[in-house]
Amino acid sequence: MLIPGRSAKQGTSLNKGKLKDEYKKITSILEVNSDDMVRLGLDTGDQVKLSNEVGETIVSVKGMREGKLPVGCAFIPYGPPSSCLMSGETCGSGMPQSKHMMVQIELVKKVEKEVKKVEPAN
Amino acid sequence: MSSAIKDNSIVNEKIIEDATCTFCGCCCDDITLTVDLDKKVITKAKDACVLGKAWFLNHVIEDKPIARIDGKEVTLDEAIEEAAQNLIDAKFPIVYGLSDTICEAQRQVVPIVDDIGGTIDTTTSVCHGPSGMAFQGVGEPSMTLGEVKNRADFVMYWGGNPAEAHPRHFSRYAVTPKGMFIPNGKDDRTVVIVDVRQTKTAGVADIFVQVKPGKDFELLWILRGAVKGIEVPENVEEITGVSRELVIDLVNKMKNCKYGVIFFGMGLTMTRGRHFNSGALMALATDLNEFTHFVAKPARGHGNVTGADNVVSWQTGYPFGVNFSRGYPRFNPGEFTTVDTLTRGEADAAMIIASDPVANFPKPAIDHLKSDKCKLISIDTKQTPTSEAAHVSIQTSTYGINTGGTVYRMDDVPISLRPAFDSPFPGDLEVLTKLRKRVNKLAKEKNRPYATSKYI
Repeated sequence: MLIPGRSAKQGTSLNKGKLKDEYKKITSILEVNSDDMVRLGLDTGDQVKLSNEVGETIVSVKGMREGKLPVGCAFIPYGPPSSCLMSGETCGSGMPQSKHMMVQIELVKKVEKEVKKVEPAN
Repeated sequence: MSSAIKDNSIVNEKIIEDATCTFCGCCCDDITLTVDLDKKVITKAKDACVLGKAWFLNHVIEDKPIARIDGKEVTLDEAIEEAAQNLIDAKFPIVYGLSDTICEAQRQVVPIVDDIGGTIDTTTSVCHGPSGMAFQGVGEPSMTLGEVKNRADFVMYWGGNPAEAHPRHFSRYAVTPKGMFIPNGKDDRTVVIVDVRQTKTAGVADIFVQVKPGKDFELLWILRGAVKGIEVPENVEEITGVSRELVIDLVNKMKNCKYGVIFFGMGLTMTRGRHFNSGALMALATDLNEFTHFVAKPARGHGNVTGADNVVSWQTGYPFGVNFSRGYPRFNPGEFTTVDTLTRGEADAAMIIASDPVANFPKPAIDHLKSDKCKLISIDTKQTPTSEAAHVSIQTSTYGINTGGTVYRMDDVPISLRPAFDSPFPGDLEVLTKLRKRVNKLAKEKNRPYATSKYI
């Protein structure tokens, strides 16, 4: 389950400009639960394809410390990559189910340099 | 204004006391800005949070045209004429956005929509729109943030991450400040965070409640039952991820506090259940008034999204998703809300004011917005994916930095802005006033049955 949301870095980068690289980079980092990282054979920095019936997008992954995210849940800062996967169905409410999107994760490219599997908590 | 020596050069400096940051719904109005009037930049934003500093310090006067049609520079009047023609010629025009501009500009938009027989919607529909629907169903046990600061000894955040989205909410209003009846600040409060993620916000919690994804409504309803004296089910942990002991402890704390408040975010409105989640939470707060004083409030995102709700409600009777095609306002989320009108491909002209749906909307809505079936008009302060995709693009000055006016804080308190320096770009108010007059004239020329006379 993908949960897009606000992050402080996303908020500061959008003030610098949504057409700038910093915003594009920050909104393309997927935070994944540490258990899921192991299960999927992912390392921080790997590129993955997120897809569902609406669309697909390529993002890089960042492992999160145990407990930060429930198993089976991933977080991504709001932005164009998360919009690619969002359905227009609002169930008569006007609001898409934008924090509860079911997506598939597939490894596209392994990170080249060796990095820590799990980032420290901020 | 003063001259100061800085970096061996004389700087024409101006200090703005009590400026208001309009980045988020906190609308902190205690910021001290230092402005370099020669370079037209803000060099310091004292007391602003990380988002506020980014808002003020990254503001530059961009070297770009005021108005463009299909990417080609035109005069402002030419752009307004084209926008007015597009809107008046459209069969199902929509106007969307409005949350990052002043109330005075928002006020100009309703008559435009009235004249074109169109639909007006604000970013509320993809923010706390479901909460707005819930208000109509169960009411809103409301307050101001000043009351929270001075009285609240039980503070709960549900489905939100204010540490990153409203960084000063804790320090200015709800957690750490000392108040009239809260002399020891955080020591006198119980702070509870409910979320599916252990966010940075969880760091301030006395109690962190990690609810299972998509189970907020269930937990809220069990809390409501427990408040009413119904036994907490044995399998509550299996259902919600929260232990029975913790639920009982929470209910006791909520019933026995002197003044309780729940702030809630889009973890409730953007997930399964939407307005039922918000409604359950406000019903819980209302129920607790049988035992103590208890209130609830959505934590609003954009600087003046609350103002947009107030202005559109005041002028049409409804907060968002309002259609004028029959000559009188009709409210129907799902029918007249922007994601729906775009996803279904109904809108043949869309004027987007101070918002960026091309970056944030669902893909099918973006695809229609960018297609040749929809004339896209953008009025914004910055270059965004929406402004760059627009047929007519008008760049305006930034509210709170270049222009004054009124905004509403997330608790519906109006605040006057103190701009820092002038901009060569026109304000939203100026552009929308001109557009309103031109649209009204065209509507009358075309004998539109509902062309308004009362606004001119």
